[in-house]
Amino acid sequence: MSDLSSVARRAVEATTGAGATDAEAYVSRESGREVRVHGGEVESLTAATQTGVGVRAWAGHRVGYAYGTDLSDAGVAAIAGRAAEAAAVADEDEFAAPPAPAEIEAVPGLGDPSVAEWDTGRVAELALSVERTALESDPRLVGVEVAIYADAAERVAIASSAGVAGEYESSTCYAYLQALAEGDGARETGLGFGLARGPRGLDPEAIGAEGAQRALAMIGAGKPASRSCPVVLDETVAASFAGLIGGGLSAKAVQRGRSPFAGRLGEEVASSAFVLHDDGRDPQGPASAPFDGEGVPRRRTALIEDGRLRSYLYDTYTANREGTTSTGSAARQGYRSLPSVSTSNLMVAPGTHSLQQLLAEAEEGVYVTDVAGLHSGVNPVTGVFSVGASGRAIRDGQLAEPVREFTIAGELVAMLGAVSAAGAEPRWVPFGGSVSTPPLLIAGLAISGS
Amino acid sequence: MSELIDQAVAERALARALANGGRFAEVFAERRRGQTLAIDESRIESVQSGAEEGAGVRVVDGNTTYFAHVDGLDPAEIERAADEAAAALRAERREPRPLQARQVTPLPIEHRPEDIPAQRKAEMLRELDQRGRAEGAEIAQFTASYAEARRQVAVANSEGLFTGDDRTRVRIGAQAVARRDGTVETGAETLGAHRGFELLEDDPGQIAEQAAAKALTLLDAVPAPSGSMPVVVGGGFGGVLFHEMTGHGLEADHIQKNASVYVGNLGEQVAEPLLNAYDDGRLPGEWGSDAIDDEGQPTQMTQVIEDGRLISYLYDRLTAERDGVASTGNGRRESFRDLPIPRMTNTYIAPGDATPEGMIAEVDRGFYAVSFGGGQVDPATGDFVFGVSEGYLIENGKVTSPCRGATLIGNCLDALAAIDAVGDDFFMKTGICGKGGQKVPVGTGQGHVRVRAMTVGGTER
Repeated sequence: MSDLSSVARRAVEATTGAGATDAEAYVSRESGREVRVHGGEVESLTAATQTGVGVRAWAGHRVGYAYGTDLSDAGVAAIAGRAAEAAAVADEDEFAAPPAPAEIEAVPGLGDPSVAEWDTGRVAELALSVERTALESDPRLVGVEVAIYADAAERVAIASSAGVAGEYESSTCYAYLQALAEGDGARETGLGFGLARGPRGLDPEAIGAEGAQRALAMIGAGKPASRSCPVVLDETVAASFAGLIGGGLSAKAVQRGRSPFAGRLGEEVASSAFVLHDDGRDPQGPASAPFDGEGVPRRRTALIEDGRLRSYLYDTYTANREGTTSTGSAARQGYRSLPSVSTSNLMVAPGTHSLQQLLAEAEEGVYVTDVAGLHSGVNPVTGVFSVGASGRAIRDGQLAEPVREFTIAGELVAMLGAVSAAGAEPRWVPFGGSVSTPPLLIAGLAISGS
Repeated sequence: MSELIDQAVAERALARALANGGRFAEVFAERRRGQTLAIDESRIESVQSGAEEGAGVRVVDGNTTYFAHVDGLDPAEIERAADEAAAALRAERREPRPLQARQVTPLPIEHRPEDIPAQRKAEMLRELDQRGRAEGAEIAQFTASYAEARRQVAVANSEGLFTGDDRTRVRIGAQAVARRDGTVETGAETLGAHRGFELLEDDPGQIAEQAAAKALTLLDAVPAPSGSMPVVVGGGFGGVLFHEMTGHGLEADHIQKNASVYVGNLGEQVAEPLLNAYDDGRLPGEWGSDAIDDEGQPTQMTQVIEDGRLISYLYDRLTAERDGVASTGNGRRESFRDLPIPRMTNTYIAPGDATPEGMIAEVDRGFYAVSFGGGQVDPATGDFVFGVSEGYLIENGKVTSPCRGATLIGNCLDALAAIDAVGDDFFMKTGICGKGGQKVPVGTGQGHVRVRAMTVGGTER
């Protein structure tokens, strides 16, 4: 048993010792680094270690939570005591109960040795190369606001008085840049990014080139005319919307009447071109793990297939409420948060269309490459949205002039019904959680521009 | 501050941070305590408390910052972080100046929230729940939350500064969902301050009624219009408009990277002469106020726009050094795990002389945005977007139907120049602002403001 598992066990014992009927402890230790570069120089270099424990205490059917960074015996005892006290303040909830232990199977490939093998100089060179590629791509590419490389290696252990016990290790890294282009008297920005388990999985030239190309493509952008028209969402935008849909499929949102998908299980909620799964075990998925935030095995869950709503996402509590089983969807933002229902890796199934074919099918419309204001422009209860957007006009089935300063508006479920085709090539995107999606063609959306 | 880190430990850590050279080193130590609880389905849940400690050490050399942070305040760990920050430097050892303790008076807290029993906080949430639900039978869902947070911080740097601050914030929020047949609408309201439990002694239940009233009003809403039109923005949270469209673009890091539309505009007329705007980290009790920033610099009131002319950017230590000016006390960080960067504190448009009724009366057809769900800007391009959480049509000089689903979009420089009336009413609201992955509490404020023309993106077909 490692030291993390032994901290978890110690915390569980201290919490039941403090009067809780049941207890669960989640311990994580993370070491990470971040390199930010600007103008061919390293702007900042960060090395970080974080270790902490989060304790969930049950007093019968009341639940409380406490977390902290002090893992000494006295520190853990204090956290345990606060968790037990917090439980006493909560109201009874008959469905609140500790998860039962289940067989946990390892997920291979979650760690990449290159995180440890590449020294700081080498990952700094990777970030510099991202920036350099963008700057050298075109004279109109006038700068890079920031180029960043970051990685983290994490070890997680969980234990509970019900007999849950598990531990795993994983690593993730990413690099991105925000490139600046100038032309036609205006400045444009472009994002390029890559995700991998370790630095050897990143392609700095491709990341730099993507940022440059996105910024350059926006030069000379004007407002499109207000109308309703076909829209192609690129992978980053499709991922943002998939994330909103994933939020609405949380059983917690559904049970509390705060989801446009409430009461629609088994019903038609999308066109057959839109197929959605949640997969917490995909070896490529940044959010993959052998078990979720409360020790329940991660798994693959069909959410939308053949246009029908197949399942919601459940943690133990929401599953108890409906007499069903958890889908392994209890997520945590580290040891500081109570587990709550959330997507793991959302996967929009690829179709058969190349991007050219999607554009050709759209004929006249807009290719949306960026959206802004998702946190304020979407009503998660009703699914009504109106968000800022930018991208390219589609004319005669081809990409035409850049467009910006417009909104796209509609309603999430209606939009899913209007998905007329999915692209053939999915991509991992860090927006909307962790999402793998191809570009999507929507038959009609309201655009508000000039 | 000495209870977080001993002067001798800080001095040793600074010496080790400069062991391989560097022109500046700093140790930032912090103790964070917090409690949150919520009510949902009329049940108290999500009762949580947190206790974290840690330290961050940075060394600056040339244009590069080296930073390491650790959990815990064990002196050996802090010194290890200092070694780690210094590890990549290759120059000659520098000696930090001896530390001189500088006392700071934290903002006054009358009733420490951690001394109030959690049951009393739960009772308050029950009251919010009852009052929110009592607003009408159409209130289908109601949730409310309570959060208190205390941050004790200490800053020691190689120039001899040794100071600290003790900050306590309390905030409550209410969210209501109203339902009538197939129509579902939401309303939200918050109340927060850099104060203790005294914030909640007046009548916290009001926000529950306000949130419920908003949701109920929206049940009668029509789809928002689309197109360019005059927009009157309400007071208080309307200030998020200025926060997004100007405040972020004035943060000196964006300026120095040529990633702001306000580059080169210092001293220029960017708005009508009726506009005056400030960032003020010293407003008593306000949500975005602190006694010092997270680099130990006293906070201050900084006028950024004077009679429509842009007169100052917002600086932290490093950006100020680069421009050869003094820091404006805007170096903030979310926690010891983050580097300080230029951030707003409380940002507002000062009251003008128009009346809200008067500026609305002059509009034939327009939009009245009372409050926003939030906003976002790309400072480099100036493109912004705001989600309107409560908005109305203006027809023939009168506020008429409520509208749902409206978003305001535009470009900063155009929209700022198009402000043609500023109201004499004024109040502040609380917000959480995200930048570079760091969230900090900010205040936004203004009276009613009218923008001559702005694009409203609605759902009307």
